[in-house]
Parts: sequence; structure tokens; C-alpha cells
Amino acid sequence: MAVLTMSKALNLGLRRAMERDDRVLLMGQDIGRLGGVFRVTDSLQKDFGDSRVIDTPLAESSILGAAIGLAMRGFRPVCEIQFDGFVFPAFDQITAQLAKHRARSSGATPMPIVVRIPYGGGIGAVEHHSESPEAYFAHTPGLRVVTPGDPASAFVMIQQAIASADPVIFLEPKRRYWDKAEVADSSELASSPELFSAQVVRVGTDLTLATYGPMVRTCLQAADAAAAEGKSLEVIDLRSVSPLDIETLATSVERTGRLVVVHEAQVSFGVGAEIAARITQQCFYHLLAPVLRVGGYDVPYPPSRIESHYLPDLDRVLDSVDSSLAY
Amino acid sequence: MAVDGGPELVQLLTPEGERVEHPNYALDPTPDQVRGWYRDLVLVRRFDTEATALQRQGELGLWASLLGQEATQIGSGRALAPGDFVFPTFREHGVGWCRDIDPLQVLGLFRGTTNGGWNPLEHNMALYTIVIGDQVPHAVGYAMGLTFDGASDACVVYFGDGATSQGDVNEGFIWGSVFNAPVVFFCTNNQWAISEPSERQTRIPLYRRAAGFGFPGIRVDGNDIFAVYAVTQAALAAAREGQGPTLIESFTYRMGAHTTSDDPTRYRSGAELEIWKHRDPIERVKSYLARNGHADSRWFAAVEAEGDELAERLRTGCRALEAPAATAMFDNIYATPHPRITEQREQLVDYLASFVTPAGSR
Repeated sequence: MAVLTMSKALNLGLRRAMERDDRVLLMGQDIGRLGGVFRVTDSLQKDFGDSRVIDTPLAESSILGAAIGLAMRGFRPVCEIQFDGFVFPAFDQITAQLAKHRARSSGATPMPIVVRIPYGGGIGAVEHHSESPEAYFAHTPGLRVVTPGDPASAFVMIQQAIASADPVIFLEPKRRYWDKAEVADSSELASSPELFSAQVVRVGTDLTLATYGPMVRTCLQAADAAAAEGKSLEVIDLRSVSPLDIETLATSVERTGRLVVVHEAQVSFGVGAEIAARITQQCFYHLLAPVLRVGGYDVPYPPSRIESHYLPDLDRVLDSVDSSLAY
Repeated sequence: MAVDGGPELVQLLTPEGERVEHPNYALDPTPDQVRGWYRDLVLVRRFDTEATALQRQGELGLWASLLGQEATQIGSGRALAPGDFVFPTFREHGVGWCRDIDPLQVLGLFRGTTNGGWNPLEHNMALYTIVIGDQVPHAVGYAMGLTFDGASDACVVYFGDGATSQGDVNEGFIWGSVFNAPVVFFCTNNQWAISEPSERQTRIPLYRRAAGFGFPGIRVDGNDIFAVYAVTQAALAAAREGQGPTLIESFTYRMGAHTTSDDPTRYRSGAELEIWKHRDPIERVKSYLARNGHADSRWFAAVEAEGDELAERLRTGCRALEAPAATAMFDNIYATPHPRITEQREQLVDYLASFVTPAGSR
């Protein structure tokens, strides 16, 4: 057991995956000598060589395109896209090629590719460095989309994602890279929670908060604050956006009768909308209030000096909690 | 009108079927080899003609004709070693022929019975790629993998003149170059990207672009199977020897429409077509074989008869390509079960079963 930041936990997870399987390759910009702009790949090139930790040309589309070719050759590429806003040049390769590849070849050429993307805001970054693109990928059949909310999950989930035979979009909440927590290096992947399962991270009785990635910590804080006022909130870390673990969520909502979904991404047509539709259908007779969503406004990500007004925070979460409880 | 390949065009067999020498490309194929090429050329043209007819009869939704590009495809396809890997566009029916892909497997995509058609690993040929140029980075990645594995094989990626304007193709050139990947960039310059002439894609001959990326570029007479074979073989050898990529611009002409949905009379002249008719890739091999006494009229007739048999097999076989079960759309999307897919498959099954007369039976 060691106390690690999420960045270090991911680094250790990548290291373990590379030790376990010599077909695992890392590809991306500045991931070698520099160790990545967030240092997630720190020292890995030194230890595994530049054929396994590959500094690529500045061409996101080809990072994905070349990874597809490498996967056809039997490698397991882990691609790093430096920032969320830079994934769009690779969008075609991800959605038109990677996502469809397995089905087109009737399963002959699986695509065990992981696309790591630091995402989300809250670090005072310039434009194109704070986005939450998960809905685009969750909308695309053939992809799986996961995002850890804490260092221990990050350590296990990155290894599980690399072991997955399907392409996984692995979204790393960049403002949580420096969050610290205990991480068990001895974690057995087989006995860890399944990659695509949601986890109840706080038990409560009055209302369910469903969230993921950077908002997990915010929701836990909201639950603490609500507890001080005598309200018992259950917090679910979805961890996987595609597939969604609706069963875990429905079980909770059937008990609490109320659901608020929290994410950074714009609310319209987002993950919250999908959850609201499905929970309404599945838990209609258990619901005491409509499913509410807390998220970014339907605007381009704002300049960082006003991002605090865009990003859901403790108060906005609690405001929605109150609205739900008032029904 | 780009009709003249210019002085740097590599040619080993003239349109009249006469052998010419080139200082860089010595080639001395056996009569058997040339007869084999001729048979390939004739049969893939017959395949193509038949597929166009099947589209006209409503048996295919679309067909992308290779007419005029037979030498480009067979010449390069026959230069491949068994371990080499091919990344095609959607028009490399002749290359697929060389990779032992049954023409009926190719027709499935155009008939709408599959989005794929064959096992890429069985034939060492990726599936057709319809988004223009997307396959070029795939090929580079595959070639990088060959290097990492210490393999002695190489990889060829096909794309058209239009594709050279795509970002992915240019990215692929950069990657191939800086990683010194064993890849041959094979550009079929058939002069037309649907209605846009190659002048809309480039103001210099395409093969010269290679210099800017740091590897050799060669323009070859794409209607000359001898030259295409020799040039591709040399590029593959260079790749295997660790010299990295080569860009081959195969200078040819799309004699037919872009696809069966296209009408080239709206944008190009009959005069241009006439010029290229005289450069037919098959006639010149026939002249060569006949002139040198390597084949007689009986042999040529036997090849034609073989074409008739193939056409008959394609007609029957194409009509027998059945639509898969409706639930096939849910197959193989994921390696392990995905709840949304499982649930929706069940929904469709139940929905179809809810009809008095099964709806799925249509």
C-alpha cells in the first residue's frame, strides 16, 4: 500500500500492464523523454525502450490510424491524446475505423486499443484544454468509454482497459491527477470490481447522486455537506459511461426514489440525458421526482476566468438536490 | 488534360507490345509468368464487366469499376510476397484476386450482404476502406509492427490521386518516413477523383511529392504490367532491406465511371478517353505474347472461355449471396457482451416474433 497521486497510479498501472504483456505499446506526443505533459508516462521510455514508448509525430489522426495497423499485427497500443480538445483530428479514425473494425472483419481483427485522454476543466487552462467529449464516444457503437474517479480505481482500471479486447476510450479527469490516495500495488485484477461496473462510493437513503470522473469528489463533498443538514445522499461512481451499469443505478434509485446526475459535460444530449431516459423507463413507479441533471451549460467551454460558473460545484449539486427533494 | 506521363515515366512494354529497356529496372519474365499475368488481366476485367452488369440488373447496390487499371493492380499484386500485407481502397479487386480473395467475397460489400467480406489475416489483405485515405496510417502502423517484430515482410497501401489531398495520407508519408517503415505507398493516379481532375489535387506530378517527405518517388506507366511489376518489386525489396518507404505513382486512367452511380460524360471529354483506349493494359500484353510466339489463338481462346466460366459462376454466386439474419447487425461489435447490444438484440427478436407472419422472413 502506498499513497499515490492519480498520475502516479496511472503510471504504475501502465508499468504493470507493460511488464505483463510485451505486446503493450504506448504511443503519443511527448510521452517519452518528457514523460507526458502530465507525467503519466514518466520513466517508462527509459525502462521499456523507444519501441514500446513511442514519441509520435504531431498527428493525432495517425496516432489512432497507426495503432489500428499495429493492432492488426497483434500489438496492444495505448494511445495518449495530449488534451481532450485535440482528439477531434483523430475522431474519424476512432469512430469510422476503430469502432467498426471488429464487426467488419466478423471478429477476425479485434482492436485492443486504449485511447487515454486527459479531460475536463477546472485547471485554469486555455481554450481546447478543458473539454468533456465522452458523449461523442459513448454514442458510437463499438467503443467502450470509462473514466476513473480516484487513484485506486485509476490504477486498476487502466490495466483492465489494456486487457480488454475492445477499444476503450479512457478518460482521465485531469484536475484529479494530483489527488492522493492509498493504492494497493498488489491489487489482483481478477478480484477487483469489473471494469464496466458502477460502484456505490457512499451509501445513503434520501437521494442518489450518479456521477463519474472529476465530479466524484465534488459529489462526495456535496453528500458530506448534505449530511450536516440531515439529508442522506447515496453517491454512485459510474466509472463506465459505455456500457452504463444501469442495474446498479436502478437498484439505488428504487430505494431512494430520487436521482440527480452530475457531469461536467454540456447537459443537452449528454450522458445525463441517457441516464434520465433509462431510469425513467426502468424505475418509473419508484421515482418520487423527475431525474435532474447538473452539468455544463450548452455553450462552448468558457474562458478559464469564468469556468467556475460553468462547472458544477458543490452548491450547484446541492441546489439540484434540494429541487429534487422538494417534489 | 493529364494524358502524358512525361519523360520520367517508367515503361518496359509499349502500348504496341514492344519491350523497352530501362536502366534501373531489369526484368526478364518467363513466358509462363507473362501468360499468367495475361490470364489475370483478362479474368479480372471479366470479373469487373460482370459486376457492372450485375449492378445494372439490380443485384449489386453499387460497383466501383477497375476498368483500365488492370495492369496497375495485377502488376503490383503479383509483385507481393506471400508474407506481405496489403491495405486497399475500395477498387483493388485485382489485387484481391492476387491475394486469393474470391470475387464473390468482394461482391458481398457491394450487394449489401456484409460490411466486410473476407478474413484480412487469412489473405494478408485488409478490408476495403471507403473513407478516402484512412487506410494509409493503418498501413504505416502495420509496417512499424513488422519492424518491431523483426519480420522480413513489407506492406503496400493503395490510394488514389484524390486521396493525396487528404491529411491522413500526408501524415502517413511523414510517419512512414520518420519511422523508416517498410511500406510502399502505391498511388493509383487514374486522373479523376469522381469529377475532379488531378490538377485539382496537385500542381506538381504526384511522385515528386515524395522528395519533400524524404523518400524516393517513381512514376510508372500504370498500363504496363511489366513496369508496374518491376517497380513494385524494387520498392518492396528496398522496404525489406531497411530503406524505408517508396511512393509509386502508377499513371493510368479510370476508363469507366467512378462508380455505377456516376456519369463521367458530365465532366470529361471523349477525346481523352480515346487517347487512353490506345494504351489498353491488356492489348499490349496480348501483342507481346503473340509477337514472341508465347501464345497462339487457341490459348487466347481458352483464357476467354475461362472468363466465360468465371462470369457464369459470378452471376449464379452473386444471386445466391443471401442477406444475413436481421440480428447479424448485432454480431461482433464487441468482443465481450455489451448490455445495450444484448438488450437490443432481444428486443428485435421479440419484435419480429410478435408478428402473425414473421416480419424477418421477407
